[in-house]
Amino acid sequence: MSGKVLTITSGKGGVGKSTTTANLALGLALAGKKAVAIDLDIGLRNLDMILGLENRIVYDVVNVVEKVCKVKQALIKDKRVDNLFLIAAAQTRDKSAVKSEQVLELANELRKEFDYIILDSPAGIEGGFRNAMLPADEVIIVTTPEISAVRDADRVIGILEAHEKKDMSLIINRINPTLVKKGDMMSKNDVLQVLSIPLIGVVPEDGNIVSYTNIGEPSILHQDSPSGKAYKNITQRVLGKDVPFMEIIERKKGIMETIISFFKEQ
Amino acid sequence: MFLDFFKKSKKNSAQKAKERLQIILAHERVSNKAPFLDDLRKDLIKVVAKYVDIDPKEIDVSLQKDNSIEVLEINIPIK
Repeated sequence: MSGKVLTITSGKGGVGKSTTTANLALGLALAGKKAVAIDLDIGLRNLDMILGLENRIVYDVVNVVEKVCKVKQALIKDKRVDNLFLIAAAQTRDKSAVKSEQVLELANELRKEFDYIILDSPAGIEGGFRNAMLPADEVIIVTTPEISAVRDADRVIGILEAHEKKDMSLIINRINPTLVKKGDMMSKNDVLQVLSIPLIGVVPEDGNIVSYTNIGEPSILHQDSPSGKAYKNITQRVLGKDVPFMEIIERKKGIMETIISFFKEQ
Repeated sequence: MFLDFFKKSKKNSAQKAKERLQIILAHERVSNKAPFLDDLRKDLIKVVAKYVDIDPKEIDVSLQKDNSIEVLEINIPIK
């Protein structure tokens, strides 16, 4: 078996890289693929909590590259889905603790065992980002429709075009249809015109994500949620299926719903 | 509604964001790709000024993409 390495990156922090990694890894595992997510944000570990696996970590990625433990010992099995594993970031070290070649070696070893290796890149364009890029077969760039996120995404695209020559695709996260309609947020097409790389997903802003993260259950486990549906579609596209992009439209409240939400808000 | 009528005459902010991004990114893409352009410009001024009378401010050095060919365009108006 020779698995595929997908790297999730963004340039700017806080646009949803780890959330995307968690959902995509879960989605691929739910689709029957053997998947491992690796948190490469050394020193700022987060993927473990998003996946609800923080209490199971014994060894982390730095332990693996320093050969303190075997790769198998650092693979944390998901409690809900059989095919999903996590390798956590080290929390007490910094980005200099791992080198690009070590990440490449680890990824290549995991290719033998897994269908998909998903690397959660740290924000920025420094060492940690380069570590996450080197082994990638495909890079997924996450942005939101905000100028800082789009500008940083463009910078990342420029670096990847110039040096790494990787296959790239774009996820536009947190699209708020009400703001787009009012003309106060760039639409999917606006962002695509600026960045001009292929789109692999659009994710609507979903207030549920905060509570899903609170309990360590990514949205893809809540398939009725708008973001859960979006991540399911992205998973299908990663698997090579042609799935139409969801229309992100304003959800109209019925009169009863409006009345109920009025009382709820009090 | 009544207030919307006045609002519409103002360009919406998403449109502005897109335009600002397109301008800044066009600039940044070139300078990231060819960080030597500034130095090249300075050197050109020195060399050309030895032979002809030029206004340094008028010299334009840019990297253009024409289909798939990249072209280094240098414009030097002579006084």
